[in-house]
Amino acid sequence: METLAMHISNGIVNGPVAAVFAAFALAVLTLCVLRGRRDLDDRLAPMAGLVAAFIFAVQMLNFPIFTAGVSGHLLGGALAALLVGPWVGALCVAVVLVVQALVFGDGGVAMLGLNVTNMAVLGTAAAYLLIALLLRVLPRTPAGLAVTAFVSALVSVVVASQGFVLQYWLGGTTDLGGNLAGLAGTMAGVHLLIGIGEGLITATTVVTVAKVRPDLVYALRALRPAAPAPVVPVAGGAR
Amino acid sequence: MGAGHAHVLYREATSPVHRLPPEVKIAAMVLFTLAVVATPRTAFWAFGGYALLVAAVAALARVGPGWLLSRAAIELPFVLFAVALPFLGAGERVEVAGLALSVDGLLGGWNIVAKGTLGVLASLLLAATTTTRDLIVGLDRLRCPQIVTQIATFMLRYLDVLVGEARRMRVARVSRGDDPRFLWQLRGFAAGVGALFLRAFERGERVYLAMLSRGYSGRMPAVWQGAGAASAGQWLVGATVPLVAAGIAATAVALT
Repeated sequence: METLAMHISNGIVNGPVAAVFAAFALAVLTLCVLRGRRDLDDRLAPMAGLVAAFIFAVQMLNFPIFTAGVSGHLLGGALAALLVGPWVGALCVAVVLVVQALVFGDGGVAMLGLNVTNMAVLGTAAAYLLIALLLRVLPRTPAGLAVTAFVSALVSVVVASQGFVLQYWLGGTTDLGGNLAGLAGTMAGVHLLIGIGEGLITATTVVTVAKVRPDLVYALRALRPAAPAPVVPVAGGAR
Repeated sequence: MGAGHAHVLYREATSPVHRLPPEVKIAAMVLFTLAVVATPRTAFWAFGGYALLVAAVAALARVGPGWLLSRAAIELPFVLFAVALPFLGAGERVEVAGLALSVDGLLGGWNIVAKGTLGVLASLLLAATTTTRDLIVGLDRLRCPQIVTQIATFMLRYLDVLVGEARRMRVARVSRGDDPRFLWQLRGFAAGVGALFLRAFERGERVYLAMLSRGYSGRMPAVWQGAGAASAGQWLVGATVPLVAAGIAATAVALT
């Protein structure tokens, strides 16, 4: 049962529920496309591509936990939200999922809506809400940023895994009876561990990028508290 | 990197399936999968029909069964889940070889294995006959929003950049006396993951700016896309697979 950490494949959740979530995912992604177009400039376009490539690469790292039966992978929603913002970030994760489903057979094509909802929509949304909150509360130091990245990554992974539990509860093809709570617990436990790994990777990556090229971190640009720039006096005042 | 951007799963060959325009293949694959998923799980014969269909396309595409089956191992974690279901499922129990198994769980496990495998095989066939470049062209012709195809283009392009940069950093580490073995490689890798990202970004940014200066405007030039969009005839040829699948699915729904 712990083996669910890979993307949902065909036949796990029934058709109608998959269709509902596909419609939901499509609607959210349409919004992301509309909002993301405004964000995507010359700096963000290559960044979005690299973030997607990075997520693609780390998702290939299907690492075993404890025993051979238990495996999970990183999701990357928090990294995407931090570096390219929630809209483009969700699109990046969704693109990764679509390509994986189309050519790698990882995650059924018919279940794409479920996977996109969990990892691209729920994961990125949870991460970005936390990022927006924590960056305002925590001190604006590398440590503060590291904590923000770590916590948002951890929570987003667990939230995404619980998204699957909700979907299975709504339309799982097999009635697990009272085992659903067990499923929720296992998913949360496994993904807590994955989340710690994901949090560490996200924090290291984002802090390094923020130190060298702070202009590349979307969250730092977008959430800068009322820019102090206009206060700078213009010498001479010649206008 | 210069030698095209074919991915590991692509099988260089010429076959009728290879020659079919990518948008036709993508649409056929998606529709086929939907038909499979919509089939009631108790219509066992229907899944045999789908398997025959997949085998026919594989034969046409000159993709051997050994290649397909070894690549389909990606699905293994779900097979394990499916095997566990008969034990975990609720409801009516049936005695099989001394074990009390849940009927619902058995059917559920079968459902996952059959539909999952068919889906994986279908996408492997798509991957084996379509280059990544064609895949993007296909998505573009299927009216995928430009921002999405753009992200996908850069993702596939930068995967090579990322892998190349990781290899360079590893060589640099090793040549400075690091002796990574097995799991301890991870430590060096984890410590350098931020640097890897930055280096890959800076290289990727140069690639992007070079593309911009050569007239890139968010969409690949028409020349890059090779032959024109699919003709009506090609759409018809491509439609045979999902149509047969839809026929099987409709019959199965009607019979159960």
